[in-house]
Amino acid sequence: MSQIKQVLGKGVPVVGNDIDTDRIIPARFLRCVTFDGLGEQAFVDDRAQSNGKHPFDRPQYQDANILVVNGNFGCGSSREHAPQSLSRWGIKGIIGESFAEIFFGNCIAIGLPCVTLDRASVQQIQKAIQDHPNISVTIDLEKMQVTCGDAVFKPSLSESAKQMFLRGTWDNCGQLNQNVAAIQETASKLPYIAWNAS
Amino acid sequence: MSKGTLFDKVWDLHTVGTLPSGQTQLFIGLHLIHEVTSPQAFAMLRERGLKVLYPERTVATVDHIVPTEDQARPFVDVLAEEMIQELEKNTKDYGIRFYNIGSGSQGIVHVIAPEQGLTQPGMTVACGDSHTSTHGAFGAIAFGIGTSQVRDVLASQTLALSKLKVRKIEVNGELPPGVYAKDVVLHIIRKLGVKGGVGYAYEYAGSTFEAMTMEERMTVCNMAIEGGARCGYVNPDRVTFDYLKEKEFAPQGTAWDRAVEWWTSIRSDEDAEYDDVVTFDAADIEPTVTWGITPGQGIGVSEHIPTPDSLVESEQALAQEAYQYMQLTPGQSIKGTKIDVCFIGSCTNGRLSDLQEAAKFAQGKQVASGVKAFVVPGSEKVKQAAEAEGLDKIFTEAGFEWREPGCSMCLAMNPDKLQGDNISASSSNRNFKGRQGSATGRTLLMSPAMVVAAALKGEVTDVRELV
Repeated sequence: MSQIKQVLGKGVPVVGNDIDTDRIIPARFLRCVTFDGLGEQAFVDDRAQSNGKHPFDRPQYQDANILVVNGNFGCGSSREHAPQSLSRWGIKGIIGESFAEIFFGNCIAIGLPCVTLDRASVQQIQKAIQDHPNISVTIDLEKMQVTCGDAVFKPSLSESAKQMFLRGTWDNCGQLNQNVAAIQETASKLPYIAWNAS
Repeated sequence: MSKGTLFDKVWDLHTVGTLPSGQTQLFIGLHLIHEVTSPQAFAMLRERGLKVLYPERTVATVDHIVPTEDQARPFVDVLAEEMIQELEKNTKDYGIRFYNIGSGSQGIVHVIAPEQGLTQPGMTVACGDSHTSTHGAFGAIAFGIGTSQVRDVLASQTLALSKLKVRKIEVNGELPPGVYAKDVVLHIIRKLGVKGGVGYAYEYAGSTFEAMTMEERMTVCNMAIEGGARCGYVNPDRVTFDYLKEKEFAPQGTAWDRAVEWWTSIRSDEDAEYDDVVTFDAADIEPTVTWGITPGQGIGVSEHIPTPDSLVESEQALAQEAYQYMQLTPGQSIKGTKIDVCFIGSCTNGRLSDLQEAAKFAQGKQVASGVKAFVVPGSEKVKQAAEAEGLDKIFTEAGFEWREPGCSMCLAMNPDKLQGDNISASSSNRNFKGRQGSATGRTLLMSPAMVVAAALKGEVTDVRELV
């Protein structure tokens, strides 16, 4: 299990509130039994309608690895295909005003840190990247700091999510099935387990 | 912090322990899976050499990709066929109960679990589908999860979660004629916003919800997630118990009395403390229709599409995007908007009572020329019960198509799709851009009765004019 302490690189701004997971990856691309290849379909319909002007198509953002978004990003469907497609496109961290809850949980589960900043700071970072696509952007989870060029911001991230990245326990599966006896103990106290089984 | 609510009680009872991150390890009483979000989870189990810890606590069905016209195997869509085969193999390999097409119990996952009594008060329910909140109608704590979490539940029957805050949403009063559970939830989302519920579980309380049937409560809880709340619930009561009595997986005999006693004990206490309380009056709710590209962009059918200057600044950019995408003009009446397609179905409104109510308005009438209208029952059981009452004939005689059960055009992962910039009147739950299968397709969300009214007139119509 790998620890994630920081993400360094370049940013790509995708502007707008309430960008839902159907827009990140339309349902027709969920007709698959693996996540392979989903990177090519990230924002596919938005991109087609932008005639090459969507940030994911612009040449200056092709090697970006930090996505910068606005409010309620990732609302809607619980499809993990959404963060999987962003990750496969090359995204390693996300800065946003706010995230939908299931999307945020899915990002943690695949090791993709999402931190939040106030609206003015997010807009400042988006503008700085638009003006200077090569500007350096970082997310530092140890210092709880975001930088964009010389500007420094103090982002928020729940303490539990931060701990999971720093300890390298963001993939929960291993620790969840470590203590089967405790799980069985909890189950044994739930009245419905017995009447459903009988 | 909330105290003494159903959410607190169920959370505490299912807590296995605290993880090093500070999150709770929570036992999951019922795990539901389907073909879209489970194959990668099983692949991860195989990679890691893990078994399914409680195979008897997971139940599978196939719903998203199934065609609703020709269900002959192999499916015409080879990708859909691959997905159903994968689910058939995974459920067989791991000993998981699977309600396949033709079993008599297949259907939309959030329709079939309640109708068989699998969903019960006091349970924790998880499924790789955001509309899992539906099951909260029974007083269960039910939420959508991603595929990595599906893997976690399969491997450990637990999830790592942070506790939610609890907001009580109280609606009191009798709903006027022509106003339904769907209108109530669209009204709540409109008022509290699509992200108002992030970080909260919603407790729906008050006389309006108490007077609702279980199917109406399911419609409300189904769309909790559209308001940002991962789970929503109603305290279990006599209506809940009467619905569950005699269902296949409901407790039987002496266990029934013990169950009712326990279910009653997990209701929120009279003096429970909430993190927030919001109150609405049922009399203020009209038949509600969305005009935009999020479920929060809704208005009463007699209202006009909001102008930018009537909105707070933070909503204006999204409104501009919505006017353009929907090809609608600010200030224009939503009533009279021409409709191309009418869809009745989905986990929100594809149950028997939805079809019964829709049929009342369709009986003896005709779908307007040029409108494609179709009805998709939520499950094989719903279809059978509807046909036993002759609802299929009412619909087909009125010019609606009568289909096989599935998710259909709610998310269009199957042959049911909008074409081009067609505009639909839909009883489903999401009006996102491209949601119904065309990148430029447009969706107006409304109750099943309002969909019928739109189908008959060929335009958005106030169903109260037909009452």
